[in-house]
Amino acid sequence: MTGWAALDRRTVVVAALLMAGVSISAGVPTGIGIAQATSIGTALLWLLPAAALLVAGGSAVEYVRWRRTRYRLAPGRVELRTGVLVSRHRSLQRDRIRTVDITADPLLRAFGLVTVRIGTGEQSGAGEASVVLRPVRAAVGESLRRELLARADGRVAADGALATLDPRWIRYAPVSFLAPLLGVSAFGGVLQVAKWFGLQSEVIDRVLGLFRGVPLAVTLAVLVAVALAVGAVAALGLWVEMWWNYRLDREPGTLRVRRGLFTTRSTSIEESRLRGVELVEPLGARLAGAARVDAVATGITTGKDGDKPDHRTLLPVAPRATARRVAAAVLGEPPFDAVPLTRHPAAARSKRLRWALGGVATVAAVLALGGVLVAEVLLHAAWVSAVVLVPIAAALAVDAHRGLGHGLGERYLVARRGSVRRATVALQRAGIIGWTVRQSIFQRRAGLATLVATTAAGAGAYAVPDASCDDALALAAAAVPGLLDPFLEPPPAPVPTNGAFVAT
Amino acid sequence: MTTTTTRRGDLRLRPPRNPVDPRAVGWWRTTLALLFGVPFAALVALGLLIPPARAWFLLPAALVAVVGVPLVLALPRWWYRVHRWEVTDAAVYTRSGYFWQEWRVAPMSRIQTVDTQRGPLEQRFGLATVTVTTASAKGAVKIEGLDHRVATELAERLTATTRATPGDAT
Repeated sequence: MTGWAALDRRTVVVAALLMAGVSISAGVPTGIGIAQATSIGTALLWLLPAAALLVAGGSAVEYVRWRRTRYRLAPGRVELRTGVLVSRHRSLQRDRIRTVDITADPLLRAFGLVTVRIGTGEQSGAGEASVVLRPVRAAVGESLRRELLARADGRVAADGALATLDPRWIRYAPVSFLAPLLGVSAFGGVLQVAKWFGLQSEVIDRVLGLFRGVPLAVTLAVLVAVALAVGAVAALGLWVEMWWNYRLDREPGTLRVRRGLFTTRSTSIEESRLRGVELVEPLGARLAGAARVDAVATGITTGKDGDKPDHRTLLPVAPRATARRVAAAVLGEPPFDAVPLTRHPAAARSKRLRWALGGVATVAAVLALGGVLVAEVLLHAAWVSAVVLVPIAAALAVDAHRGLGHGLGERYLVARRGSVRRATVALQRAGIIGWTVRQSIFQRRAGLATLVATTAAGAGAYAVPDASCDDALALAAAAVPGLLDPFLEPPPAPVPTNGAFVAT
Repeated sequence: MTTTTTRRGDLRLRPPRNPVDPRAVGWWRTTLALLFGVPFAALVALGLLIPPARAWFLLPAALVAVVGVPLVLALPRWWYRVHRWEVTDAAVYTRSGYFWQEWRVAPMSRIQTVDTQRGPLEQRFGLATVTVTTASAKGAVKIEGLDHRVATELAERLTATTRATPGDAT
């Protein structure tokens, strides 16, 4: 494959269908609106030409784009020529390519097409660092992926699947934070659609009519319950769409995640770019004894361009033992089990309690002030919120402190933090490219310090918050031998560098 | 709690060797003076121009002055004591920060770019800022308030050192 190749020409048909879909979904409500004001004939007279224009125009633009887009795999480079008006030429160095992602939405799948995104993962200039081929035939996409990620070394044997979907994991979907969010947005969606048809007040009246004579508290409770139930169902649906056919494979030098029911996605991460993994336990999942595994890898751009957090997810929320097993299989050693974690001092708990209670006090104070100045009912809201929130805040603070911990294994630095989103990161010691030690005035007085390991991968920095100052510095000095030593007082005794630094 | 040989409360980071240029005090002071002085002047001007609302402008102006003057006088000296830097053969080491002190270490082998910046105020004081970035999105080390000749020299030295290091520093 050395000559310039074109994208698949059926992209024009796809674009036409897409535009037709847009025309229908936008045109029908508009048409009903116009038809109500005038007549169906008038509505059709206005909308049909507009829709035809949209479809024709969209297809024409897509045809020109297809004609003008060419790509090729030259020795050492991937090149893309594109641009309808201004022609652009982009060239990626082959040895800089870190990820090759393949996605296919239902429309593309119906034609056997896929979108290929080739990324170098450079942090600067979002968009400059990737080549998107949309669309190519599925087989072409697969062969591109193979060819671009194949390195000369065949030493890593293909292990096959590290994990495949267990349908029972779906039970963790409703406890995610997504569920209530989806429930609330469902209400919003209903009201929005009603607004399009001018029925908003009618819908609200109808709902209020249902609850006539029922106390306000019961009404609210029922509405919340309905929102939660709807949200749970939506979360189940979303989970099925996102994670159906999930499997995590190790191919020579590459980890590959495949998933998706309607839209299929394939993400490949070069293992030499992997700097560790993160075991993430959102509160709901943690209470259910489950965890998610995220990759900490360089070259997975974060931010726009469709790079949602699930982009780097290696394993969806699954039983904790499974998550640990997959993490160990990915890393080649089990740091989450093998490394004992040092707890953080009680001062860290006091700090968290102070912050939590301070937050509650602020909320209550604002409400109380409103109660005095505006309406008396806010005074009640103030004390109710204080009574409800104080135990919750205190529990979260204590739990957050209990979660804090750090340890050092032979190859990995392990740090755990968080309560609502507890995350345990295992970061390759060789992947740490700098330290930041942070200390506020209060931390200094309490003998605490926050140690931050900077790395080229993942979030860019992973923190060990509020460790005892001694522990933090000793950890940093031991994790990357020699880097911090010249700046420490007193000069540390030579620390054994074979990983013998362990917590007791 | 750990098996390191040091006792509790013993281990700490020593201050980096070099202070920033003494002119940085003047630079910080000017910055702060502008920060407080501009609103102060605006409030006073409004108070003098609009006699009926004089108290409503002059009182906040007084408040700005009461808060601002001690800060303008005291903070820069304090910052001057905090901000220090050091470059060894192996690493760049800085201490900075105001209410949150921050020590940053970046190993020479991981440095990707070295930038020198001079804002208009810095130019008046003959100062410059050197920013050293690594492959981490959050690992940049900034040395503020250097004499601009020292900054240029430092940037050249760092660039030469990092150019000699192979690999893509990730």
